[in-house]
Amino acid sequence: MKERPRTQDFDWTLLAIVGAISTIGLLEIYSSTHASGMAGMQWKQSMWIGIGIIGMFLISRIDYHTLLDQAPVLYVFGIVSLLVVLVMGLSRLGAKRWIPLFGGFDLQVSEIMKLIIIIVLARYLSEVHTDRLTLQDLAKIALITLVPVGLILKQPDLGTAMVLVPVAVVGAFLAGIEWKHAAIGLLALAIMIPIAWGMRNHLKPYQQQRIQTFLHPEEDQRGAGYQILQSEIAVGSGGFWGKGFGKGSQNQLGFVPVRYSDFILASLAEEQGFIGICVVLLLYLGLILRLVDNAQKAKDKAGMYVVMGVTAIVGFHVLVNSAMVIGFMPVTGIPLPLMSYGGSAISFVFLSLGLVMNVRMRRFVN
Amino acid sequence: LAPWTVSDQKIPQGRLALVSYAAVFFVVLLLVGFWKLEVVQSDHFADLAEKNQVRSIPIIAPRGAMLDREGRVLVDSYPSFSILLLRDNAKQDPKSLELIEEGLGIDKSDLEGQLEAARFEPKFEPIIIKPAASEADIAFVESHRADLPMLDLMMVQRRRYPHGQMLASAIGYVGEVSQPDIDKYPDRFRPGDIVGKAGLEREYDQQIEGTDGMRRVVVNSVGKVMRTLDDVEAIPGKPIQLTIDEDLQEVAEADFDKDGGKAGGLIAMDARTGEVLAMVSRPTFDPNDFAVRIPPKEWAALNSDPQTPLLNRAIQAQLAPGSVFKVVEAVAMLESKAIPANFTAYCPGSATFYGHLYHCDHAHGEIDLHRAIVASCDVYFYNVGKMLGIDRIGQYATGLGLGQRTGIDLPGEEPGLIPSEAWDERVYHHKWYPGDTISVAIGQGPITATPVQLARMIAAVANGGTLIAPHLLKDETDLKTGSFPISDDTVQQVTDALWGVVNEPEGTTSGTVKLQNVDFAGKTGTAQTESFALQAKLGKHVKENGWFIGIAPRRNPEIVVAALVQGAGWGSSVAPIVRDVVKAYYDKKEGHFQPPPPPQTAGAPAVPPSAAVVAPSSDLVASVGTGAQHP
Repeated sequence: MKERPRTQDFDWTLLAIVGAISTIGLLEIYSSTHASGMAGMQWKQSMWIGIGIIGMFLISRIDYHTLLDQAPVLYVFGIVSLLVVLVMGLSRLGAKRWIPLFGGFDLQVSEIMKLIIIIVLARYLSEVHTDRLTLQDLAKIALITLVPVGLILKQPDLGTAMVLVPVAVVGAFLAGIEWKHAAIGLLALAIMIPIAWGMRNHLKPYQQQRIQTFLHPEEDQRGAGYQILQSEIAVGSGGFWGKGFGKGSQNQLGFVPVRYSDFILASLAEEQGFIGICVVLLLYLGLILRLVDNAQKAKDKAGMYVVMGVTAIVGFHVLVNSAMVIGFMPVTGIPLPLMSYGGSAISFVFLSLGLVMNVRMRRFVN
Repeated sequence: LAPWTVSDQKIPQGRLALVSYAAVFFVVLLLVGFWKLEVVQSDHFADLAEKNQVRSIPIIAPRGAMLDREGRVLVDSYPSFSILLLRDNAKQDPKSLELIEEGLGIDKSDLEGQLEAARFEPKFEPIIIKPAASEADIAFVESHRADLPMLDLMMVQRRRYPHGQMLASAIGYVGEVSQPDIDKYPDRFRPGDIVGKAGLEREYDQQIEGTDGMRRVVVNSVGKVMRTLDDVEAIPGKPIQLTIDEDLQEVAEADFDKDGGKAGGLIAMDARTGEVLAMVSRPTFDPNDFAVRIPPKEWAALNSDPQTPLLNRAIQAQLAPGSVFKVVEAVAMLESKAIPANFTAYCPGSATFYGHLYHCDHAHGEIDLHRAIVASCDVYFYNVGKMLGIDRIGQYATGLGLGQRTGIDLPGEEPGLIPSEAWDERVYHHKWYPGDTISVAIGQGPITATPVQLARMIAAVANGGTLIAPHLLKDETDLKTGSFPISDDTVQQVTDALWGVVNEPEGTTSGTVKLQNVDFAGKTGTAQTESFALQAKLGKHVKENGWFIGIAPRRNPEIVVAALVQGAGWGSSVAPIVRDVVKAYYDKKEGHFQPPPPPQTAGAPAVPPSAAVVAPSSDLVASVGTGAQHP
């Protein structure tokens, strides 16, 4: 039994996987942008990773029990921040998602909300004393989750809003959802989808278009369907071995949309082939399994819920992003964790990893 | 320890393991998805990627030049630049349109109209805002590369006709290939190709068109050319040498342009080979107008002009030959021996046949064949015609090549018409009026011929019956000559009479076109365009068409020239044109040719000089057809 948590107790295997994925991401960002006017993006991304690592250490120092103690405060803070964004946030491309910070940086509040929902749900679920969730519990979980989901949808940001849901779903599953409740939930979902389809005319035009595009990509050659098609062409033309580093025509000539960010996996698939994709997806699988392993070894349920909240979000990102790149899912603007270029997304991943380390290094502490 | 952590702390290991299995399941699912695209369908997508980035740009081959018989350039091609407006740049500053308006002199509302019209075309296809850029325009684009990046230059090969209207009717013009032609030869033509539309440009299109090259370039997602993969150079079209003699051509053209201009046509040929030395048609057009892109309004005007400037009268004007036809009559009379060679008639100035009165210009009195040709006595030939009958006349006319195409190497030649009793019954379903024979005997009535036919006919009579093959391509080998043997005696009698027309006091040219030291002979013709009855009804006198067909020397001639002037009045006024061409021919032969003074007519077309085109630095070459740009 150790007296106090030590940095040596970080999960270095997990961090090695994170380092490998981040490095591949940096190389692909370099490959995608070096010959364009955006050259040098990999340095900016490195800086974000550095900041993220510092944040990871800082957040690992604060005992997660302390964080969970403050869950109601954090939740209120998160909701208010989302309201502030809606009222006075920065508008870009028709969406209000950012609050201007000092030094020209803008904060994407919904990324913070991801961390908050992990902590709030971990707190709530660890207060459930049995290993059976009542309908009342489920309703509360749904309420806690759907309030921020609704606010983020209003921005509008369908992708980030969706990302909060798996935290609740995985949490409810681990807390002991009854099979009949789960079945009813799935049934409700099955009924909701056609109803939602009937209501699609109430969606924002960009959402309608994305759904339309997903269903009929060939109809809109230069629009969003064009993006999916170009992504598929990039992936498919890469073949088994890939075209080589910096040699993907779809990537280098700009046919792949946002090739350094949301579609970075398409760039990688084109240049490194199926082999490269295998390496990357297996690294992500290793990451997820390692996270689950940390959850299994957590000292208490609270720690487990925190780690599994992180796992749910990271896993959902990887799944939805990869599926989009190969045309299995519509374009939702969900980045690939650790690889896609972007400060907010990188910061979120490292801060959430800080939560994981936080739980891990306290597993032997009394 | 926080109070809410004291409850049951058993971690649900089983459910966590299920989450792990789910993760493995989803990763395998994704890998299957990637496998399907990257391995199963990789050929299909590799193909699509290739199509995305490689674009083939045709390099237009310049058309071959046309040279005269001495190698002087009559038609050539030059590289010219069209100014393009690129539309893949999303931001179109309204200020830049103003700059363009100012710099290139294109109306801003025109530009906006063009942009609006092209709104639904793919963005990477530029629009042509100025098809033929001047030197100043090119300089403007080059110097504004930085602030007007949406402007670019496209090189095109354009046809140049340095002499403007000269020989235009024979040369023809070029234009965009028509849809029926593309459908007919899908391998040869692409939309937007420039092809020969008329005249020699059309006739020898395949020889002079050359082979377009192809440049394969890599383009990025907005269609910008990044680099060139390979280049297949265009093979320029071969030049063709014509039989035309530019000097003779200029002489003939100048004569037609004199005194405010005449309508009509002329053909001068080497009477031994059929080589066309000069060919004129008036009114005509300037083929340079077609070389860029003829505005629809101008095209409609040319097409609907009652003066038919697009008609090549030398081969397409089917008109009554008038007294020129008396040459055929004379040959028929002498060769058929149906009438004795010394037949004489009495001409009191008119004669009555089948109850109708037929006129003659003069009262020639007692007249024989020689004088009847020299003075062009109608009464003599009314009698000859009546005795020969329409079918015998037709037999000789046809034998001498009338009523059928000469086969000259130009599109659209007309056959003319030689009537017969059978023709009359077939077309008009009634018996031949014998009175029409009397008219036909002097080249009036239902008989028409073209200048080229009459030139060949006279040449055949003078050389003993060889029908030469008129042609404009110098090294044409496949010449279809004809033969209609005529006895020496007949040749001598007829050609002596033709010499008399020019040189005897009684000749219809009144001795005005005699040439010193040249054995010049010929025949005038004057043909009414309407019947006397119709003229009487209209109450006005429509001027007759004048003909003159000249040869030199009178037997086995070297040169034959046929000229037609519409509304000229008497044929004798046409003779000086023919004389000038024949004189020029002999002057050249003897080495003291003087070119005619340059035409006084102002408004000669401004033709771009060949060396005056600045080469642009742009790499973009002919990436769009002009097809989509038509209003």
